[in-house]
Amino acid sequence: MPDTTWEIKATMRTPIGTAELQALTERARSLRLDILDMTTRAGSGHPSSSFSATEIVTALYFGGILRYRPAEPDWPERDRFIMSKGHAAPLLYAALADAGYFDRTELLRLREVDSPVQGHPIQGMMPGVEATTGSLGQGLSVGLGHVLGGRLNGLSYRVYVLLGDGECQAGQIWEAAMAAAHFRADNLVAIIDYNKYQETGPISREMALEPLVDKWQSFGWHVEEVDGHDLGALIETLRGLQQVRGAPSVLIAHTVKGKGVSFVEADYTFHGRALTPEQAARAREEILCKQ
Amino acid sequence: MQAIARQDDSADNMRAARSERANLGRARPMRDAFGEALLDLCRANPRVVVLDGDLGNSTKADLVRQAFPGRFFNLGIAESNLVGVGAGLASCGFIPFIVSFSSFLLCNAYDQIRLAIALSNLNVKVVGSHGGITLGKDGPTQMGIEDLALVGGLPTFVILVPSDPVSMHKAVQAAAAHTGPVFLRSSRMALPPIYRQDACPFEIGRANVVRQGHDVAIIACGIMVAAALEAADELAGEGIQARVLDMHTIRPMDRAAIVAAARETGAIVTAEEHLLHGGMGANIARVVAESYPVPMRFVGLADTYVESGDPGALLVKYHLTSRDIARAVREALQAKGGGEG
Repeated sequence: MPDTTWEIKATMRTPIGTAELQALTERARSLRLDILDMTTRAGSGHPSSSFSATEIVTALYFGGILRYRPAEPDWPERDRFIMSKGHAAPLLYAALADAGYFDRTELLRLREVDSPVQGHPIQGMMPGVEATTGSLGQGLSVGLGHVLGGRLNGLSYRVYVLLGDGECQAGQIWEAAMAAAHFRADNLVAIIDYNKYQETGPISREMALEPLVDKWQSFGWHVEEVDGHDLGALIETLRGLQQVRGAPSVLIAHTVKGKGVSFVEADYTFHGRALTPEQAARAREEILCKQ
Repeated sequence: MQAIARQDDSADNMRAARSERANLGRARPMRDAFGEALLDLCRANPRVVVLDGDLGNSTKADLVRQAFPGRFFNLGIAESNLVGVGAGLASCGFIPFIVSFSSFLLCNAYDQIRLAIALSNLNVKVVGSHGGITLGKDGPTQMGIEDLALVGGLPTFVILVPSDPVSMHKAVQAAAAHTGPVFLRSSRMALPPIYRQDACPFEIGRANVVRQGHDVAIIACGIMVAAALEAADELAGEGIQARVLDMHTIRPMDRAAIVAAARETGAIVTAEEHLLHGGMGANIARVVAESYPVPMRFVGLADTYVESGDPGALLVKYHLTSRDIARAVREALQAKGGGEG
């Protein structure tokens, strides 16, 4: 047993109101439409990996979890969000634009020459992008660096890192997991978008991750699981993790790859593929109709 | 030019030149000079933090651990994570010095250095200790014979290879003063002083002429600068006056100094403790070919791995001595003469 203690203080959880939930659901719908438009216009990208994490990112940016100032992207006390699964860049860009970091018209320049909206996020090119990612496995280490930097600067912000499930096959994730527990990085939260698929197929078939909870626990992390499309549950769980002391936390969010568009959910080969304009029109109808 | 520049006239001056260098002081391990320089830097600049890959006792980064434990992080034997953590700290406004063996950092964590530091253009300093072959007995698994080629593939990196303990101190300061990624090569080897304590110009991107001469130019970096000076002394006995350049910055490269050397001497020999493929000499050759083609010869490691052994014996076996440089100079001069004839 690691010599960490985690005590979850009795939390004063404000239940999320119906109106707020409804507003967040609309946000998520809007983000999905942006992702669809961006990737179909670009003719490439990873819409299904973005769709699976849409509620997670909605909860973080618009559900009162992250503290940030879009007009001051380098605000030293901001909470950090690192999109370690960099292929979900369309989701990150859509959320940043929606949050006010830059103009929404930038979104339609995804993957174009002379555009800062790169296919995978590059730190320094767009405000709000905290790390260069796309070669998987790297974001959690950068997040730990922000934790240590915050300590040296006497700041108490929190650091959230979104990992892909396939990404957890990378050795660097486990190097970072070991180090974060060692440094008792209790303001570090990893969120795993556990959609059960990697590029070439089901995770369980290609390179199994289970038992995933046990792996993180054995590395000294506090582990929670949640339905990654339930905005209310996501927000409540993320709030609860803010009370964990002495150890970093990981939230395993069970998701559906391609969530929100039936024929994308049913076909994992959409991983690195944009929808055609015709498919996008059908997808748009579905996204708009979902309650 | 503040560096020691001499115009030897005869072989008699060879001994004088050697004794002049000897007067500068004893040879000292480069890693000791590095550790002391890093400690001085930490004293002067509170934003400097040091990240270790569990080799602080070997790289001498441990000096900082003792003096500033709060600014020293051992991330263990996990170079990929080490580099990522450094990137995060740089994003918080710190100046991380990531220190480990050159080979372990660049070979284990190349992709992390590429994305998190180079592509992000962050203010991180990567210090590759034990570069080259002169760590000796630990053998080829630990040797950094390809580090300059690898970091050469990271376009935003400044690349520094100091040649003696005095210039190491200057290089550490220059690395910190430069905003952006810097690679600094350190080594285990004890090196004789080339510069006087108070007289080492170290400007990034500007080579130092450490010996004047007009017959041939020897352009060297790191431990090979001292060997080049030895070779120049030997050649002076044959009536050959060699200019010696300390190319302490591999990128950005001092094109003006290279072109001047080509134009004014008509023959160039490069010398480096590194693979010839993708090293300093190859990059100098590109400048020469583009700007002022002259005969060139290259001292360095041909396509080969090195083995365990006494560093001095390895330098002899793998042709990285002053004698090898002098031989290359004679060949270059022959080609130069042939060209003229």
